[in-house]
Amino acid sequence: MLEEIRTTEQDDLVINVGPQHPSTHGVLHLVITLNGETIKKVEPHLGYVHRSIEKMCESLTYRQFILTTSRMDYLSAHINNHCCVLCVEKGLQLDVPPRAQVIRILMDELTRIASHVLWWGAFAMDLGAITPFFHAFREREVINDIMEETCGTRLTMNYMMPGGVMYDLHPNFQKRVHEFIKLFKSKLPEYHELVTNNVIFQERTKGVGMLSYEDAISYGCSGPAARGSGVSSDIRKLYPYEIYNQLQFEECLEYGCDSFARYQVRMNEMMQSLSIVEQLIDNIPEGDIQAKTKAVIKLPKGEFYSRVESARGEFGVYIVSEGGTTPYRIKFRSPGFSNLSALDQMARGQKIGDLVAMMGSLDLVIPDIDR
Amino acid sequence: MFNEELLTALPGIQSTSSFEDGGEWLTVYTTDWLHLAKKLRKHPDLLFDYLFCLTCVDWKTHLTMVYHLSSTVHRHNIVVKSKLDRDNPEIESVSHIWKTAEFHEREVFELFGVNFLHHPDLRNLILPEDWERYPLRKDYEDPVNMIKL
Repeated sequence: MLEEIRTTEQDDLVINVGPQHPSTHGVLHLVITLNGETIKKVEPHLGYVHRSIEKMCESLTYRQFILTTSRMDYLSAHINNHCCVLCVEKGLQLDVPPRAQVIRILMDELTRIASHVLWWGAFAMDLGAITPFFHAFREREVINDIMEETCGTRLTMNYMMPGGVMYDLHPNFQKRVHEFIKLFKSKLPEYHELVTNNVIFQERTKGVGMLSYEDAISYGCSGPAARGSGVSSDIRKLYPYEIYNQLQFEECLEYGCDSFARYQVRMNEMMQSLSIVEQLIDNIPEGDIQAKTKAVIKLPKGEFYSRVESARGEFGVYIVSEGGTTPYRIKFRSPGFSNLSALDQMARGQKIGDLVAMMGSLDLVIPDIDR
Repeated sequence: MFNEELLTALPGIQSTSSFEDGGEWLTVYTTDWLHLAKKLRKHPDLLFDYLFCLTCVDWKTHLTMVYHLSSTVHRHNIVVKSKLDRDNPEIESVSHIWKTAEFHEREVFELFGVNFLHHPDLRNLILPEDWERYPLRKDYEDPVNMIKL
């Protein structure tokens, strides 16, 4: 810390935001160099929830390690699990029954809606509006209840397994999802009325946290953070997995490059996810929910990489296998880590009061960044 | 097919790099990495502008750097690997070519002890500043915070 202060100019002020700060949504520590009110540099300090998950996974079997990923990006646990099972299936060259594929996509998209809804509430709260937070949790609760019925848990689902899914859907699943679709469609206009069309909100997000097309690519941004700058990066479209290539949905691109553009991408994505759920909910094929796998999975010697579109961007799993029952080395490419690296670029030259709007628009989940 | 295209597009590299089975893997000598990285980024037929994964693997006898690259223009992917000496691992930083590498290289630096030459700010990112030894290496044992099961 002392050194940092010395390297800055005499009139500069160095302040710490976090690690305990309500707007960081976790334990993120930012060291900010200020000149008056203008940000000169933002330096993230990470690791407050670092659990060395990659090292832990080296001593877990291919069925066990999937569970640790639910604890990384806890808002899109299903999607993280999905990426892991895809990677293991790639190694085993396993075909997943159609019913399991559809169930997986349904779960993924419901998770994406839940994650975006929570982000919407939290983002509005960051900017000083408390009410949207309660609206957001009301709708998210419905999804959590649906998840609880089928998966047994509300947050860390661990529902996917190599070859399929753990259990069949709950008999109430279709009925309750239909109810949710109806409810959410009636609530979404409220969201726009409350926040999107709010003049104060627009003033605080438009032109704030500019990230150019080139920078978004160079910083490895993905998900809404990249699509807000017009970078086409939806893995579901570019490298389709499961049956995404048979579904009708659009990649949401915005070209504003600012926080408001990233906001709009997520709002539009919720509609797209809802449309995917609608397409599939009445067309779940009958059949097995699991392919036959051995009790103890051994991956052949080699290296495998799989990528999925999580709620925050591209989530990747890289497994190096030596042919044993545990991975030799595992690497999780977390979207938040790369997105956070662009924060410094966004914030330079902007006012300190806008920093929270920039951070909120990146949708950071700290355990996902620290791993 | 892609490999051959790549080889013709990269004159001067063939002699020192070799393609492995599977198509998209490319192994390169450490000393050639910076030269190749610039080519991969700039060549109009390649334009690998998106570095989405950068990591390292400890093979007990040596370390291997692994770079996953893709192009947002041509939509192709490539994986570049480079073998490092385990006792004195050094490789050129690519943080000025792909800006995201700055964070990823800091992570690899603290977890594997790889020294990235010409990196603008090589410090610990996740671990405390005074952390000793490199947790993701295979011979790392931590008696206090046991993580082996």
